[in-house]
This record gives sequence, structure tokens and C-alpha cells, in this order.
Amino acid sequence: MTKPAGSSLKSWLYGSGVAVLCVWVLLPIGLIGLGAFGGRPAVYQWPKTLMPASLSLDQLAVFLKIEGVWNAALNSVLAASMTMIMALLLGAPAGYALARFSFRGATMFRLMILLTRAFPLAILALPLTVLFIRAGLYDTAFGVSLVHTALALPFAAMITASLFAGIPRELEEAAWVFGCTRWQAFVKVVLPLALPGMAAAAIFAFVISWNEVFAASVLTVQQRTLTAYLLTVLSESPLHYRFAGGFILIVPSVVFIFAVRRYLFALWGVTSR
Amino acid sequence: MPTSRWLPYLLIAPASVFLAVFFAVPLVQTIVLSFDGGTAGLWGNYQRMLGDLNFNASLRNTFMLVLTVVPLQMMLAIGMGLMLQKMQKGRDVVLWIWTIPLGVSDLAAGLVWLAILQNTGYLNTVLFHLGVIDGPTAWLNSETPVTLFIAVVVAEIWRSTAVVLVIIVAGLQLIPKEFGEAADIFGASAWQKLTRVTLPMLKPSLQSALILRTVLAFEVFAAVYAIGGRNIPVLVGEAYVWQRENQNYSVAAAYAVLIMVISLAATAVYLRLLRQKPEAQA
Repeated sequence: MTKPAGSSLKSWLYGSGVAVLCVWVLLPIGLIGLGAFGGRPAVYQWPKTLMPASLSLDQLAVFLKIEGVWNAALNSVLAASMTMIMALLLGAPAGYALARFSFRGATMFRLMILLTRAFPLAILALPLTVLFIRAGLYDTAFGVSLVHTALALPFAAMITASLFAGIPRELEEAAWVFGCTRWQAFVKVVLPLALPGMAAAAIFAFVISWNEVFAASVLTVQQRTLTAYLLTVLSESPLHYRFAGGFILIVPSVVFIFAVRRYLFALWGVTSR
Repeated sequence: MPTSRWLPYLLIAPASVFLAVFFAVPLVQTIVLSFDGGTAGLWGNYQRMLGDLNFNASLRNTFMLVLTVVPLQMMLAIGMGLMLQKMQKGRDVVLWIWTIPLGVSDLAAGLVWLAILQNTGYLNTVLFHLGVIDGPTAWLNSETPVTLFIAVVVAEIWRSTAVVLVIIVAGLQLIPKEFGEAADIFGASAWQKLTRVTLPMLKPSLQSALILRTVLAFEVFAAVYAIGGRNIPVLVGEAYVWQRENQNYSVAAAYAVLIMVISLAATAVYLRLLRQKPEAQA
């Protein structure tokens, strides 16, 4: 009798733990959503009710109608997408090399990779301004994405390296024995195992770019990214505008994570099979 | 394979060239800038930085934030990862929910918690109904440094734990199931399985997660700025102020070099503590 009682208490604790953590993640987003849709009356309402009376799309629409918000959002998406592609294309081969070969200079390369990330991007963007103006990259989403790639690439390389290192080399060697070339063995054996993790690496790259404020605002004037735009607007805007801005910054990312959730889930599927 | 000798160099070449152009060059320029003290000499900018009114506070706050946020979120993420591993039903939904903060920027996270913790916010409403406070109460100004600090810690943990979780889940799925089964056969308790099998096998992932989060945590800025303005100075925030408001790029560069040195030291410590060989698992 005691054993089932103990295990049901355990599973109850487990279930409520999972539920509490879900609420912990979701509730704050819901609350800033109320702030964004509730506008000024909701923000200063005291004490707050569960549903503010002033809740309407109009409040958010007011913010969206401010000139430049849509353009800024588009620039953010462009810069983040280009960052994601470049970081993975450049980083994954390097990660594979670090995981599979012991070669002269590997330690130095690893150190260089770590060194890059141990530096705040903010300052990095300043000397680049002059260079970018000369090259015609100043005030473009592509220019921003180049700097963001410098930020995201080391992570893409590091994450893929630990990913490839965790895939037994014997699997690949077996494929060679059966007549696969190195490339074929990589595509047919290693890549399927690594794909979910590489999706995770891609998410990091996208998020790093999407979240970045300083370099984006230093390197742009007209073609601001959303974060850079919001930063300039926020300093002089009232609370409900700030919440609307924060909410709009969050929404696409929720959609984006939803879009790649299958990869995150597949990442799970490999072991439980 | 005969190509093996040159292949690794071929594979790292694109990344190396890119980083050389977009990182090494401006990095050197920044270091040069930080030592360009004009009439004040080589260390002039560093002396101005050390003499800065907010320097000690920003150094202390940054370290306290890192030392509070990173350990707490590592434990939380490991717990979440183990919960997901046990989950029978709905794990894709839960994993999706828990990874939502992956895409939330630090600026947005700061604003989220500002909405909750502001004077007429949701926390105060709850506290009011519980009878703890009588009316709108301020938690986030310079007179309440402790609650302001806690607010930043909560916002940072809320936002950035998902990154750690993904790395840990990716690492957990690479641990062969047989290891756990073998431990079960030998009668290992859940705790023994965690400390003797799971965590040691997770070492590469833990190392990646720790380096990633610690370096990023030392760059904490936008969340702090959104919640407390300049009431809680941090290192990157001070660099930002020297850059934008004081227009003194040299002192800002000195801050940048300091942050780099601290981050490098932390990274070196992790690499030494959690040492791994390239083919250790093979």
C-alpha cells in the first residue's frame, strides 16, 4: 500500500513542478501582453483586475502606427536570418574539424574562437563604422548581420563541436568501411544525428542577432533594427508604449521557436528510441 | 584517408578568415584605443575608469549578478532537463513552452518584469490583496537596491535559462540509454545515477553552457537598463555611458578590455575544471 501512495505523491509533485515552470515562463508574457493591449489606463489602474477594462487592439495599433516600427521589424528579421545562415555555414565545418581531428593549431583555433566571444560586441562595432561607410555596408541589414555573425559564429562552432564530439566516431568509420566517402558518411550518418543540435545552434544565431541592440544602433540610421529603434524610442516614451514595444519584440520569437519545435523534439527522439 | 591532413585546415579556413576580418582587426583597434591616453599617458584611460564614481559599484554589481544568476539557472536547467527526460506525454508542448524565452531579448525581458514589478504592477496588486502593502509601492528605485537587484536576477533567470536547457537536453539525448539501465541493474539510486552517470556524461554540454552563459552574463546591460535605469550600474552600462553620453571612446574601450579580461579568466577556469579530450567519448 505504501509504495503506490509514495509514487503517486511523487508523480503529483512532478506534475505540479512541470506546471509551475510552465506558468513561470508563460505568465509574465501574458502580463506584458495585458500591458500592451490595455494601454495607459491599464498600466496605471490600481489595484489591477484580472482583465483590464480598457483591453483592445487599438492601444497596440497606436504603437504600431508610429512611423518606422514596421520597417524596423523587417530589418530585424532580415539581419537575423542572414546571421543564422552565415553563422552555421561558417561555424559547423569548423566545429566538425575541432571534434574529429587533432591537428596542429587546433588549440590555437579553439582559443581564438573563445576569445572572440569574450569581448563585448558594443565596442567592436565602433571601429567598423568607418570601414562600413567606405564599403557601402553602413545602414544596411546586411552590414548589421556581418557583425552579428562575428558574434554568433563562435557559438555555432563551439556548439557543433561538442555535438559532433558526442557522436561516436565508430559510426562514421563503419560507413567508410561500407564504401562511403568521408562526405557521404558525414551526410548519411553524422548529419542526421547532429541535425537537431544544429537547429538549436541556428536558433542561438538568430536570437543573438534579434536581441542585439548596440551594434545595430551604431551601424544604422534609417534602417534601424527593432531593438535599436525601440532603444531610441524607449528613453522618452511612457510605460504603456514600452510594454507595447517589449511585447512586439517577444511575439515573433515565440512564433519562431514554435516553427523549429519539431527539431527540438527530434533532438529528444534520438535517445528515447 | 589521404585527405585527412589538409581537411581540418580547409574546414576552419572560412571561419578563420571571417573572424580575422570582423573580429581581430577591430579588437586590436579597441585595445590600441584603450591605451591611447593622450597627455595622460599609456594608462590614462584606465586611471579615469578606476576613478569613475560608478566603477566600484558597477564591478561589484556585475560580479554579484553573474555569481547569483549562473549557478541558479544551471541547477534550474538541469532539473528541467531531467523532468523532460522522464516525461511520457506532452513533452514536445512542455519543451516548446520552456524554450520560448530563447527568443526573448534582454531588453524585452527587462520590460516584462518592469510591467510586473512597477509601482502599480501585478506583484503589488497581489501583495495588496494579501494585505502586505497598503498601496502602490516602489521596488525599483535607488532607495531599494536589494529588491532592484532581485528583480534583475529574476528577469535574467527567466530569460536566459532556456539557452542552458537546450544545450543540456541536446547533451542528455546523446547519453546512451544503456548507461542508465546498467546503473539500474547494479541498484543505483536516482541520486547516484545523476551524480555518477548523467552529470559526468553531460560534462561537455555543461562546459558549453557555463562558458556561454557566464560570458553573456558579464555583458548584462539592457535588462538592467529597462528595469532600473542607471540606479544599478553595471560594467557594460558604464561603457555605454562613456561611449554615448560622454563621447569618450577611449575610456569605453578601457571598460571593454576589462570585461574581456574578466570573461577570458572565467572561460579559462571552466576549461580547466571541466577538461575534456576531443575524442574522450569514443
